[in-house]
Amino acid sequence: MTRPIAFLRKCISSPLNALITLVILFWLLTTVPPFFDWAVFKAVWNGQSSRDCANVDAACWLFIRLRFQQILYGGYPATEHWRIMLCGATGLVALITLSSPVVRNKVFASLALTIVFPVFAGILLRGGVFGLAPVATAQWGGLMLTLVVALWTIASALPFGLGLALARRSKMPVVANLAIFYIDVMRGLPLVGLLFLAIVLFPLFVPPGVEVNALVRTLIAFSLFNAAIMAEVIRGGIQSVPKGQYEAAISLGLSHWQAMALSVIPQAIRAALPGIVNVSISIMKETTIILMAGMFDFLGVLQGSLIDPDWLIGDQIRQTAYFFAGLVFFVICFSLSRYSVYIERKLSPQGNK
Amino acid sequence: MGLAEKQEGNVHFKSICMLSASMLLAGGVAAHAGTLADVKARGVVRCGIGPNNPGFAFRDNQGNQRGFDIDFCRAIAAAIFGDPNKSEFHVVEPRDAFTVLTTGGVDVLTHRFTWTFNRDNGGGAEFTQALFYDGQAFMVRKSLGLKSVKDLNGATICAAQGTTTELNVADYFRQHNLTYKIVTFNGTDATRLAYDEGRCDAWTNDRGSLASRGQALKDPSQHAILPETISKEPVGPVVRDSDTQWAHLVRSVGFATVAAEELGLSSANVDEHAKTSTNPEVKRLLGVSDDLGQKLGLQPTWARSIIKLVGNYGEIFDRNLGANSPLNLSRGLNALWTNGGLLFSPPFR
Repeated sequence: MTRPIAFLRKCISSPLNALITLVILFWLLTTVPPFFDWAVFKAVWNGQSSRDCANVDAACWLFIRLRFQQILYGGYPATEHWRIMLCGATGLVALITLSSPVVRNKVFASLALTIVFPVFAGILLRGGVFGLAPVATAQWGGLMLTLVVALWTIASALPFGLGLALARRSKMPVVANLAIFYIDVMRGLPLVGLLFLAIVLFPLFVPPGVEVNALVRTLIAFSLFNAAIMAEVIRGGIQSVPKGQYEAAISLGLSHWQAMALSVIPQAIRAALPGIVNVSISIMKETTIILMAGMFDFLGVLQGSLIDPDWLIGDQIRQTAYFFAGLVFFVICFSLSRYSVYIERKLSPQGNK
Repeated sequence: MGLAEKQEGNVHFKSICMLSASMLLAGGVAAHAGTLADVKARGVVRCGIGPNNPGFAFRDNQGNQRGFDIDFCRAIAAAIFGDPNKSEFHVVEPRDAFTVLTTGGVDVLTHRFTWTFNRDNGGGAEFTQALFYDGQAFMVRKSLGLKSVKDLNGATICAAQGTTTELNVADYFRQHNLTYKIVTFNGTDATRLAYDEGRCDAWTNDRGSLASRGQALKDPSQHAILPETISKEPVGPVVRDSDTQWAHLVRSVGFATVAAEELGLSSANVDEHAKTSTNPEVKRLLGVSDDLGQKLGLQPTWARSIIKLVGNYGEIFDRNLGANSPLNLSRGLNALWTNGGLLFSPPFR
């Protein structure tokens, strides 16, 4: 009880503080109520068509509601939406099982998951086998596509980046220099340029008639690029582990790889975790660039919805769409960063008790 | 608007890409069977569509892809497969579109590109015909009481950056000895917002675009479009110029929809006419008395499929841009030549 009172007292402890408090209060009073008016009280929540939003200068949540299926699934056929839900649910269950104490060998289990799950998800989502109706990747879209690209990139960049980081620290000069070359080239290129190469120029280098799926090309470009970024973050982690740790492990009779896998890498990952999460969040946000490759991710579907002539009824539709997009990205990225705080706490030596 | 966003500055880069493309592909192309064979083998025709053209390519509330450009792509699929759903849409940015087409990323651009000399002869691509005629116009506030573009002397004009709209204004105003100040913005939406906020006296874009985007102004009834049209913007499909068979096919699909409207054939009555019509041209077009489809590598019923499954030109226009759409554009130049418009089809014989 005393803490809020102490806080309030601090707010007016000096004339300057009182003035600042007053200015902030004034600012809040002039911005917060109009915002809630716009977003909640005057907003259109229900209705049948775009006409219900016409001439209302407030958020049009009806627009989001009527297009919610598209925002989630893009052009994925409605009768097959269960496949996306099943895929998401399986992934979630697998992740929870992985982080529960039931699973003993976490490294092995997570490696198995990163290999098995993408294959499973790919078969389930793409279809064409086991009696599943084929769904061309051109029909994929919405939040589902955003998550597919982001999760694939994070999941593939981690092991690939770890390999690159180890290669870069290798004592074999050819391996180390190749890794340095690769990392520097990738980090020196803009992702847009790489995507342009993969989407527009790649078809020049294959014989006519050969077609590689555009989504596959995009995913590969994302993996190649982000693995290099991830490698540097992980290398930072590895270098932060004192040399004594490795030497102690060797003196216990462990081989080089055992020492790395059991002593150095776990500590390195723990040290690198904030950086890894940082990269993951920026991967999440940079997925919106795939609009350039002609694919409609979450933001692309929203932008595409704005050009439906039926919804050209005023600027409130555009404001609602971008506010909603910002909100969804914030929720996803904020949960990612909270999750990393939780993991850090769990992994820290104090939290382990 | 979208169609006018022709990044001419990229021509140099594009020609380098195309040069390297042609060098790389030179060996392979000779033995290559052609676009139609590829499309048939793939089972789907791929069309490049624009990212930002209301009424031309968009998704409705139910998630269906609709629009004028979408319907022409579906018409091509109907002609080849007898099924308009065997079409796939790839969104391509205007600056990449020609490179994507010439490298085989799509089979045809139904993209709202203006047919210009440079684009037609720039290497690698060709326009099959004009299927939509537009032109640049000006939108002003009614309260200003302006009657013609001549009244805009000394005005501030909002336009989208890097488009030909800017160049057209310069040409037109210089030609008529008028002074003006142009303010450019990145994209159509930003331009509309600036105009709506009163940053300029007039907003210039293609007439169709002004009509559609104008719906998003705060109070559309306070604005009017001036009568003059200061540029020609003929819009049509683009194909690779290395494959004449495919170019003929795409051109014939467009003409079939126009001819159908001329001959009074629509999706509702085409089956009836196929059975009972005594008009020799109808019988030829619908494959009753002649097999025109064979010359395109298609079934005799190719045109009948287009008309039945997608519609004639008038139906496509009305559904997406005209009276049956929120845009409510009048046919104007896009009426049949018999009604004072520019649309006609060569005789099907």
